[in-house]
Amino acid sequence: MKGWMGKFRALGIFGFLMLVLSGCGKENLSALTPKGYGSKAALNLINISLGVMIFVFVVVMVIYAIVIVRFRKKKGREDYIPPQTEGNKALEVIWTVIPIILLVIIAIPTVAITFDLADESAADESLNVNVTGNQFWWHFNYEGEEIQTSQDLYIPTGEKVYLNMKTSDVLHSFWVPALSGKMDLHPENENTMYIQADEEGVYDGKCAEFCGTSHSLMDFKVIAVSPEEFDQWVEDMQNVDPEAQPETADAQEGQQLFQDNSCIGCHAIGASPAATGPNLTNFGDRTTLAGVKEHTKDNIVDWIMDPESMKPGNKMADANYDVTQEEAEKIADYLLQLQPSDITPESAETNE
Amino acid sequence: MSTAVAQKKGFGAFIWDYLTTVDHKKIAHLYLVAGGLFFLVGGLEALLIRIQLIKPDNDFVSAGFYNELLTMHGTTMIFLAAMPLIFAILNAVVPLQIGARDVAFPFLNSLGFWLFLFGGLILNCGWFLGGAPDAGWTAYAPLSAVSPGHGVDFYVLGLQISGAGTLIGGINFLVTIINMRAPGMTYMRMPLFTWTALVTSTLILFAFPALTVGLFLLMFDRLFGAGFFNASMGGNSVIWEHLFWIFGHPEVYILILPAFGVFSDVLSTFSKKRLFGYTAMVFATTLIGFLGFMVWAHHMFATGLGPAANSIFAIATMAIAVPTGIKIFNWLFTLWGGTITINSAMLWALGFIPSFTIGGTTGVMLAAAAADYQYHDTYFVVAHFHYVIVGGVVFGLFAAMHYWWPKMFGKVLNETLGQITFWTFFAGFHLTFFIQHFLGLMGMPRRYWTYLPGQDLDTGNLVSSIGAFLMAIGAIVFVINVIYTSVKAPKVSGDPWDGRTLEWSIPSPPPHYNFKQTPLVRGLDPLWIEKMEGRKGITPAEPLDDIHMPNPSILPFIMSLGLFIAGFGFIYQVDNLSYLWLVILGMGITLGCMLIRSVKDDLGHHIHKEDLEEEGAEQ
Repeated sequence: MKGWMGKFRALGIFGFLMLVLSGCGKENLSALTPKGYGSKAALNLINISLGVMIFVFVVVMVIYAIVIVRFRKKKGREDYIPPQTEGNKALEVIWTVIPIILLVIIAIPTVAITFDLADESAADESLNVNVTGNQFWWHFNYEGEEIQTSQDLYIPTGEKVYLNMKTSDVLHSFWVPALSGKMDLHPENENTMYIQADEEGVYDGKCAEFCGTSHSLMDFKVIAVSPEEFDQWVEDMQNVDPEAQPETADAQEGQQLFQDNSCIGCHAIGASPAATGPNLTNFGDRTTLAGVKEHTKDNIVDWIMDPESMKPGNKMADANYDVTQEEAEKIADYLLQLQPSDITPESAETNE
Repeated sequence: MSTAVAQKKGFGAFIWDYLTTVDHKKIAHLYLVAGGLFFLVGGLEALLIRIQLIKPDNDFVSAGFYNELLTMHGTTMIFLAAMPLIFAILNAVVPLQIGARDVAFPFLNSLGFWLFLFGGLILNCGWFLGGAPDAGWTAYAPLSAVSPGHGVDFYVLGLQISGAGTLIGGINFLVTIINMRAPGMTYMRMPLFTWTALVTSTLILFAFPALTVGLFLLMFDRLFGAGFFNASMGGNSVIWEHLFWIFGHPEVYILILPAFGVFSDVLSTFSKKRLFGYTAMVFATTLIGFLGFMVWAHHMFATGLGPAANSIFAIATMAIAVPTGIKIFNWLFTLWGGTITINSAMLWALGFIPSFTIGGTTGVMLAAAAADYQYHDTYFVVAHFHYVIVGGVVFGLFAAMHYWWPKMFGKVLNETLGQITFWTFFAGFHLTFFIQHFLGLMGMPRRYWTYLPGQDLDTGNLVSSIGAFLMAIGAIVFVINVIYTSVKAPKVSGDPWDGRTLEWSIPSPPPHYNFKQTPLVRGLDPLWIEKMEGRKGITPAEPLDDIHMPNPSILPFIMSLGLFIAGFGFIYQVDNLSYLWLVILGMGITLGCMLIRSVKDDLGHHIHKEDLEEEGAEQ
């Protein structure tokens, strides 16, 4: 019997150790370190339900432990036949009523928070962003602002930002754990949710609905900056001249190559709507390439030369362009200088 | 005649015997072997998944292959391992527990098995024919509708055929339990395992048609250019989600209820007490069955159904915790005051209680809609449903196999190996899945082929992968145990556990007519009652007489083979219309068999009184 209980204790200690070791996850990614309205509401609800459920588990385990210790078959009483108890009305009522009470304790905040998080009454006077999910990248169109971006969503802190979401192909799900819960994107109708960041920062976002080959590489960033910085960013973005000449000669050549290879056919620069590929207006400011790779020139060149190797199943692999390694480097030079605003992910991070 | 020839003939006869059998005990063996093999395949897929996730940025398998692995792991484990293994136990035990000589529809019983097997084979043929299904076991549209290649076609046809088999099996057990109970076996005297079998069969009857409809629509989208799920053709992708979960949620209860029944029987036998609160247990079982149909949309909280729908489904889901809680406490009080024997079967039942309690409590947490916006489609959900399906269903299957093995094969599984299986599997299981609750909240979505370094997801995934290997060791030891036992173990009596229910009143393995004389049931735990009154066996309800038994038939096998052939025709006619000949040929075979079955009289045969008397029956 000792061995029995010992194994259980070891398991318990191990489980606890795992908790401590794992901590609460990475800042600005984990739902356990909330930085926004939706994620804080969710964590509150998680904590309430977790508390109730730990209570239930402890009660079960106490009875369980007593039963196993006390009622094992004893030596010398092998033939003992215990009384065949049929049941007990009082006990049955107790373990029906108490769970109902516990569930009511969880149900009330559940309904309240569910309705709160679906509240769209402020949508008209708030910032609205149309989000489009694509295999395997995200497009953001700022309603009424004539700004389009991909992969990086800039938002002002302390405000509800409404996201009107749709997919261009298969289902996706927009999830920024540190800011809010997730919402699916459908092809036939728009789903709306809001996010609100309480602190400045660069938050990791992920696609949470299985969407094909590179589902796990469909990351994006939400960049929360102060409202003043956000206004500055909006102004800068609205003033982008898509035709502007880069300063260096390499970059100028890159711009020409970008035109010649009809990259522009899929990748818009500026506010014109992009049909098939990510908008590159502020590409030079991105923290990551394609959401998952380090944003270095080498990686960009590798991407241009063989997109399939970095994000299997992405549509650029089928695109009709033909560049050499040197040409790709020049295009990378051109793309890296696309930095229309001083408000960058760094400004969100340094202000923390 | 030389020995070699005789042996060869013997083996052929053995195969023929199983191909044509309509005996529920032999069909149980078929389900056990086929389900067991698919369980090993699904486990292998799981191991490959966990090897890929052992470290960040791993490239052990490609993204495309990984998606096939995760899809096939889920599909295989649910449809080709858990379901058939449950059917194996149902077939082996239910007719015996209710004192029946056979099931209501022996022919259909056999047909159900062969349909399941050929459906499962179609599903797995994808591996060898250019790509397995890769749209997830839930096959959400439009991804499933647009997934290139034939992968999802194998999913659609395979599940359609094996689903028909399951539906047939469910109907068979529903009718068997309602119609074939021995005299005196009223509903409120049925063993709890039979009760759960009854409720499960009812759930199959209502849930599987929803899957059939969904698969039918998807089949037409993929194979015949329809647009049920295609938004640009006016279709709607959310309809798939509804259809799938109207089936999919009850499916969870189809799997778990029989496991509940197993635990009820095992806990009561090995604590030498009748089940505490039997009436409440029956009520809770049926209530769970009802509520199982009311809560499917809790899989869709993030679909955007709106706060009102989400709240309603949240509360309906939470309500299931009440009957489930009643069950947990009744099990604990069955043990309370008993004389508990701990052996392999009992270990699984005892290991189940804390494991399933964790799975159940996280279920309530998931039901809180606004919190589910964070849990949904993450490793938290993966952890939860593995706690329920492994900690509940798989533990239940292991308990059932250790408990009823002597009844099925006349030998008790080796106890030492049984305990090694339990402890490695149990430790591995918690190691694998407990930490996944945290991984999910830390930002690990499910179905991720890889994760990035520097996101604090490394340690958890490594621990999880180590646990998976422990589980694999446990499963392998079980296979060794089965082989070892069948070679080495001595024959045991019909009642090695001092059992309480009817199946323990007949020899092990049972003769093919089960009961020489139909037993008379005088209360709950009928064998226990007789034992307490000092009798050795059950009082018969009828004098010894001729027994009518069904004839074996090869038709179920050929019928299923026909659909198997037609399935390939449907899949490949997309590439080349000449494959329609396969459809015509396959459907012709199946329909021809149906015609033969309809017009040919098959009245079965009798086992004569005199032959039974020779074996020494009680009068």
